Amino acid sequence: MRPWLRHHRQALALALRRIGAQRSAALLNAIVIGVALALPAGGYALLANLEAATQRIAYEPQLSIFLRQEAPRAEAVALGARLKADARVREARFVPREAALKQLRATETLADVVAALGQNPLPDAFVIRASNPAPEALEALARDLRRLPAVAHVQVDSDWARRFNALATVGRSAIGLLAALLAVGLIAVTFNTIRLQILTQRAEIEVSRLIGATDAFIRRPLYYLGLLQGLAGGLIALAILRIGLAALNVGVADFSATYGSSFRLSYLELGDALAVAAFSAVLGWLGAYLSVSKYLREIHLI
Amino acid sequence: MISFSSVSKRYPGGQEALKEVSFGVAQGEFAFVAGHSGAGKSTLLKLIPAIERPTSGTVLVNGQNVGALGRSALPYLRRNLGLVFQDQKLLYDRTVYDNVMLPLAFSDHPPKEAARRARAALDKVGLLARERANPIQLSGGEQQRLAIARAVVNRPAILIADEPTANLDTESAADILAIFAAFNQVGVTLLVATHDEAMIGRHAKRVVRLAAGRLTAS
Repeated sequence: MRPWLRHHRQALALALRRIGAQRSAALLNAIVIGVALALPAGGYALLANLEAATQRIAYEPQLSIFLRQEAPRAEAVALGARLKADARVREARFVPREAALKQLRATETLADVVAALGQNPLPDAFVIRASNPAPEALEALARDLRRLPAVAHVQVDSDWARRFNALATVGRSAIGLLAALLAVGLIAVTFNTIRLQILTQRAEIEVSRLIGATDAFIRRPLYYLGLLQGLAGGLIALAILRIGLAALNVGVADFSATYGSSFRLSYLELGDALAVAAFSAVLGWLGAYLSVSKYLREIHLI
Repeated sequence: MISFSSVSKRYPGGQEALKEVSFGVAQGEFAFVAGHSGAGKSTLLKLIPAIERPTSGTVLVNGQNVGALGRSALPYLRRNLGLVFQDQKLLYDRTVYDNVMLPLAFSDHPPKEAARRARAALDKVGLLARERANPIQLSGGEQQRLAIARAVVNRPAILIADEPTANLDTESAADILAIFAAFNQVGVTLLVATHDEAMIGRHAKRVVRLAAGRLTAS
């Protein structure tokens, strides 16, 4: 085996032995890191889920056109022809008031309400897809349609999706900020762990230096220790996330069932999960690097 | 092999430990560094592996000016020197065997060769049977022999020992000196600091004598 590879293997083995020698302390540290990381990672997972759920709608904006309640069917047919002729309309679907009522009646919880109404309160409607999904084009189209005498109300269905996207941007910034703050915390935890480790091993470090160990030889196991602790913390964060999302999904399943949906929160994608673990490991290494640089100099043995 | 020329060492605070010391040690030589406590023996020995650096003058080891070596070059200088420290600096969190393995961990020996060398070094100082013991379980003389085994495991050409027989009874001290003599016979250069005049008297070796930081005989 090449010497440098052997040195790294030795350093890794040494770091693992040291963790083994203080299992409970190492576990507690990893849990602290894991809990801290689970917060931004969980926020990210929830946001990603919500974004995925809204994306379809956001990218295929619809306009709903509701006619006046008293408008005769002939007016609706005329409007349908007009919409088909409009180049800005890619597709127009007519929803007659009877069909809308039937759909409403089919909704279990609303059936009684509908029965109590006596007459159909719903207007005829069109659901249209625009050729140009740009928000300005949609607004212009909606404005023109509102002027038509048969039309009572035009609703741009993508509005809430756009609002959500704007809100999600705020959410992403907040999660980023939280992640940055907790990253500093993670570095501090590792910094302190490595400081204690250096104090514990002071005699060994001192004598190693006196009899010919290079700085790299002394630093390497400490770096690995920080890296491994960060990695363990990252894995714990992923485990917390998995358990947490599974617990949330019990409630989500009940909730989405009331909307006839089978929506579930999905876990982090493999790439994202790997990124969390790698991020944590790198921060652990960084904490170790800072600690080693400071305290080995402080012990100051040439 | 080792050469001091006009070496002075003043510690921060003004204490002058060595004053204008000049002498040389040839390859294969066995020399005592004698003098009372505080005469500068330890300082003189520490200048050779550059644990301390001279305030003025030069210390040459194998032609290399060790006082001027950069920090990154020091490990390679020290690996070629066997150092036995006054306080031994044994590690009590591991076995006798692992103490001897320590210097081999950072030199580039394959594991099998390292294990062979560690056992050979322990054998030379008569501690092979105690390799699984913890240093704390060893007697004073055995601990000193362990420190020597660790110093010679990399087969250095120069062995430097600071008060290796302090606190030892006469018999244990004689064992240590016999081990040193054996190394010297196979060509190792030895520099041994001691304040034990009786011991110096029993061995007809060269004596580098210090008094209050000045060389009085070499």
